[in-house]
Amino acid sequence: MGFFKNSVLTFNVFKGILARDRKLIIPNVKLLVTNKASNRFNFMQITTPLLELNNLTKKYSSLIAVNSISLKLIKGKVYGLLGPNGSGKSTTLGMVLNVINPTSGDFKWYGGKLTTHQALQKIGAIIERPNFYPYMTAKQNLILICKIKQCSVASIKEQLQLVGLWDRRDSKFNTFSLGMKQRLAIAAALVNKPELLILDEPTNGLDPEGILQIRKLIKKIAGLGTTILLASHLLDEVEKVCTDVIVLKDGVKYYEGPVNEMSQSYGYFEIASESEKTLLTFLEKHPCIGEIQKVNNFLKATLIDIIDTEEFFKESQKAGLNLSHFSKKKPSLEERFLSLTQINKNETPTD
Amino acid sequence: MRLLQIELYKLWHNTISKVLIFGYFLLILSISILSTIKIDLGPVKFYLAEQGIFNFPYIWHFNTFMIALLKIFFAIIIVAMVGNEYSHKTLKQNLIDGLSKSEFLRSKVYAILLFVLTSTFLVFIVSLILGGIYSDYNEMAIIFKDLEYLVAYSIKLFGFFTFCLFLTILIKKAAFSLGFLFLWQVIEGICYGLMKWKLSDIIPQLSAEQVFVFFPLNAIGNLIKEPFSRLSAFQNIADQIGDGFTKNYDVSLISILIVLVWSFIFIRGSYILLKRRDL
Repeated sequence: MGFFKNSVLTFNVFKGILARDRKLIIPNVKLLVTNKASNRFNFMQITTPLLELNNLTKKYSSLIAVNSISLKLIKGKVYGLLGPNGSGKSTTLGMVLNVINPTSGDFKWYGGKLTTHQALQKIGAIIERPNFYPYMTAKQNLILICKIKQCSVASIKEQLQLVGLWDRRDSKFNTFSLGMKQRLAIAAALVNKPELLILDEPTNGLDPEGILQIRKLIKKIAGLGTTILLASHLLDEVEKVCTDVIVLKDGVKYYEGPVNEMSQSYGYFEIASESEKTLLTFLEKHPCIGEIQKVNNFLKATLIDIIDTEEFFKESQKAGLNLSHFSKKKPSLEERFLSLTQINKNETPTD
Repeated sequence: MRLLQIELYKLWHNTISKVLIFGYFLLILSISILSTIKIDLGPVKFYLAEQGIFNFPYIWHFNTFMIALLKIFFAIIIVAMVGNEYSHKTLKQNLIDGLSKSEFLRSKVYAILLFVLTSTFLVFIVSLILGGIYSDYNEMAIIFKDLEYLVAYSIKLFGFFTFCLFLTILIKKAAFSLGFLFLWQVIEGICYGLMKWKLSDIIPQLSAEQVFVFFPLNAIGNLIKEPFSRLSAFQNIADQIGDGFTKNYDVSLISILIVLVWSFIFIRGSYILLKRRDL
């Protein structure tokens, strides 16, 4: 129960960040009520997260690469781990994947029921560049991975066909192009039919065609019900394939929640009237309007709740407003990402 | 067993290591070719097999000493099989795929153990056959006397290979760790020289030799002492000169213990390095 309470609270706080752009973060009770139907109730139904991070921290001498990150990965979702280069994505993944030692904090796989290396045998992961034995063929490499993961070699053919490398199965790894290597890495990560697939920048360094292929693959895999954690600095990539998103910057977690909420929030109005003063007082009184900014010739009014646009328009007419410009807009994920990371930068004390 | 399988699979699919491994074992077998060395220069006749080197039980001493010299070939394989994991970043991949750090190290140590045992077994067979053909004595009791040389041989190899393993994990580069191995030999020599020069001045109770036996490479070398001065030909000469020649050629328990302790330190040290380091 404690966990459930916590997660709802956490959500409230994040909704607060979302809704009130540059205002102070105040948990909003109304939000909890109005969003009952949305998918955050998945949090209640699942008891043990696949992976749980508690205040995980990594320091490199003076640099804090990952700063006290707490997370829970729930089965069945596609997570995007978003952040610019050097934001601590790979370091975070490196720690849960047993290749980097955390400075403090801890993480639990399967609620602590499995040791890290036991858990890693059940999942699939690709980090940065594909690393295989160059002198072995594609198939030999996969057989070795099956030996390590203690899984059957039966699905090797299926996975190589999935990534389109079955015809090249007997070619040595060092004859492969980068795109092929990356696809082989995906096949390798899938060979044990993993419950969780961790992908770190899977499209890095690929040409547009390669990127498209990998994206299609990820969607296909997600469609099969595999939980995915996709780390990327490419926002549209995350927007296209993920259900949930975690935003990291400078090693700090800035946001965690469903991707559509992050990219859309409630949107904002671009609005203008001949009598700007009346408009301003009207907007300030309206319960659904949060922050108001003057942008060029119109006001940008950020919404903090779901709003019936038609109703709003009628109300404005009742108040005697003659609107010369009115449109509802939704910010792109990119805008949201930038505003999220910038606000919080201002709020975190500088030391 | 799974760990050994994984390691052998890695080695088996690497042509170079495959060739080196077979080459090494072939070299061991080819020591029998030595027996055919005959030098016939009119008055000077030399027939190696008749010099008594293949006599039981002396053959155990001679063969283990000679064949142990080949260990450097095998050290290359050990160094390569660990260094490659770093240079190909496959160590990282192995860990991500769910091999624990201790499993990774164990797979290497098991492979070393397997090769040491195979090598010891081959030495045993080769010596038995050569001795059977050329030995002047073939009573059972004499044949199987001094088998402790085989024990010393396997420990010598194991100690040396674990040293190579440790160096490669420490340095992460195959070529450099081989270089460091030779450098270490020199360092030990220099330390010995320095101790001989100064140690007795500082601590009078201690001689350089007493400390030197604890140095890893020297300890490994001490396990089997050189067998040449034990040859009857050599002994005859020494007797004629009138210089009573006595040297203890036995395998001493102390040196076995020293090498075993070093092996333990090397394996443990490798594990600590693996555990501590980020990849």
